[in-house]
Amino acid sequence: MHLLEPRAQPSQLMRWTAPLWAILAMLLTGSLLFWMLGKPPLESFQVFFIEPLTSSYGWSELLIKASPLILIAEGLAIGFKARIYNIGAEGQLTMGALFAGGVAVHFDGVDAAWVLPAMVAAGALGGALWGALPALLKTRFNAEETLTTLMLGYVASFILAYMVNGPWRDPEGMNFPQSIMFGDSALFRVLMEGTRLNTSIIITLFAVLGFWLFNARSFLAYRLEVGGQAPAAARYAGFSAKQTVWFSLVMSGLMAGLAGVGEVAGPVGQLNLNISPGYGFAAIIVAYLGRLHAVGIVFASLLIALIYLGGEAAQVSLQMPAAITGIFQGMLLFFLLGADAFIDNRLRRPA
Amino acid sequence: MIESLLPILAGTLAAATPLIFAGLGELVVERSGVINLGVEGMMLIGAIAGFAGAAQTGYGAAIGLPLGALAGAAASMIFAFFALSLAANQAACGLALTIFGVGLSAFVGQHYVSYSLPGLQPLAIPLLSDIPLVGPVLFRQDWVVYLSLFSFAGVAWTLSKTRLGLLLKAVGESPEAAHAIGYPVLGIRYGAVAFGGAMAGIAGAYLSTVYTPLWVQNMSAGRGWIAVALVVFATWKPGRLMLGAYLFGAVTILQFHAQGLGISVPVQLLAALPYAATVVVLVLISRDRKLLQLNLPASLGKTFLP
Repeated sequence: MHLLEPRAQPSQLMRWTAPLWAILAMLLTGSLLFWMLGKPPLESFQVFFIEPLTSSYGWSELLIKASPLILIAEGLAIGFKARIYNIGAEGQLTMGALFAGGVAVHFDGVDAAWVLPAMVAAGALGGALWGALPALLKTRFNAEETLTTLMLGYVASFILAYMVNGPWRDPEGMNFPQSIMFGDSALFRVLMEGTRLNTSIIITLFAVLGFWLFNARSFLAYRLEVGGQAPAAARYAGFSAKQTVWFSLVMSGLMAGLAGVGEVAGPVGQLNLNISPGYGFAAIIVAYLGRLHAVGIVFASLLIALIYLGGEAAQVSLQMPAAITGIFQGMLLFFLLGADAFIDNRLRRPA
Repeated sequence: MIESLLPILAGTLAAATPLIFAGLGELVVERSGVINLGVEGMMLIGAIAGFAGAAQTGYGAAIGLPLGALAGAAASMIFAFFALSLAANQAACGLALTIFGVGLSAFVGQHYVSYSLPGLQPLAIPLLSDIPLVGPVLFRQDWVVYLSLFSFAGVAWTLSKTRLGLLLKAVGESPEAAHAIGYPVLGIRYGAVAFGGAMAGIAGAYLSTVYTPLWVQNMSAGRGWIAVALVVFATWKPGRLMLGAYLFGAVTILQFHAQGLGISVPVQLLAALPYAATVVVLVLISRDRKLLQLNLPASLGKTFLP
């Protein structure tokens, strides 16, 4: 049952190639899955992973889906480095969307340039607040952030459900649980005619740059990492553990909130119950797959976004439920964790 | 007044049942030093496996529960392979299992969306069910509710009174010591994880074949996560887990009776109550650091490579 034994030296080869091995394993298992379901593996593979990328519209959709993943994962990576496990980004995204949507609904008809920036600020605030709450519970009451962040995610989804069924429901929406469609002043401008790609991508680009600089250059990032890798050393050096918790959770909440704004002021264009197809959870995989590195996360996001697109394409062309996306995501995380095990360990050899 | 409380009491027992199964299973897993955050995923896999079996054969929960248990245990073995044999990060492996389980169950469940099952008739226990007032509530439940009580007794007894229980706890407290004496640490942990998977599967199958006898995507709705939280609340003790499960059963049921009791809060906000309550309960129990430290299995979540 013990398959592994520690290596004398960690494998540099595995350290850098683990994500690639994981992706390869996912593709192979995925093809096997297609074959078992009676679909031609090669053709399914083509539909799932190649076809979405054969048009400029496909590429724009890829960026639309990658953008929220990048935003959330950049924030999560900060916490993961410090071993603060925020797994409720979905809820923080929801809160961000809700705060931003509140501004849009309240100032509907106001044709002013400040509406969209106000929404961005409100969304960031909403997400940050929803991250600050578990930070308070952790620092003040010692409550595990894994469970509290996740539970608050459910609470956020019910608050959203209440708002779109009650106070903010579109009076002309035939009783559907949704708000009014936002006006132009509350939407990001479309960048490319004929696509849904919009100016929110600029926020994402700046975020990547910002997090790259932060990780590479700031003393705070260094302190966070020391706190995660060697808590005793961090204490000895006087780095505050509480500060780490606060910063990690508020920052990741804020970024998830921004992702929420990007959705409601972008492709969704209103508040409804389907603002996110699980971006908050998928971003956890993105963060690990991108090695918690600001630029690595960009590549990982593009891959996970492709799996989302592939799932949609498979639904249309192969008559497969879009839920296959979740199967692929789960497999990918498993394989990545499995591949990571080979950095410090090797297969046990007979003595 | 008492008459109006009786249906709430009866509903509480049923609502607590899936939490008891999943919670007891995770409690055993954690006592062996492993934390499996895949309960939600295993519940959903158990739910669809049980539902599919019941819908295909027409035997209802009698076939649904065993199938759910098998499916849950099988799913837990994926987790065990990565988290135990490959010694990967347990929390992340559990998360992967949940993401995988949500996807897999929705994928398989696509074919069963419009089915519905007959559900279960209550089983009246002779004599006891004739006790006025409480008799019909406590002793006229479906058989799975009784099974949950037997499971509790079995787990509590095994943990406190048997050699197997002692071994399990030893592995959870100090795998190095257990290994040095010659016990198969990984074997015992594999067994515990399989048990946890089977129990989560039963919990899911109870939801889909008895509690609300139909298949809905994501129908466990966070109950797997609440079960994980309950184990912390219970400070890893089966008796307190039962208490917690009934508390949550009551909170869940209360939302359906709130209007009757004259509470006018929007349904969506009432529905958020069990999740908010979980946070509150976690805070209350976690603020007592000593209590947690005292009861926490010492090797919980730590990887073990001999």
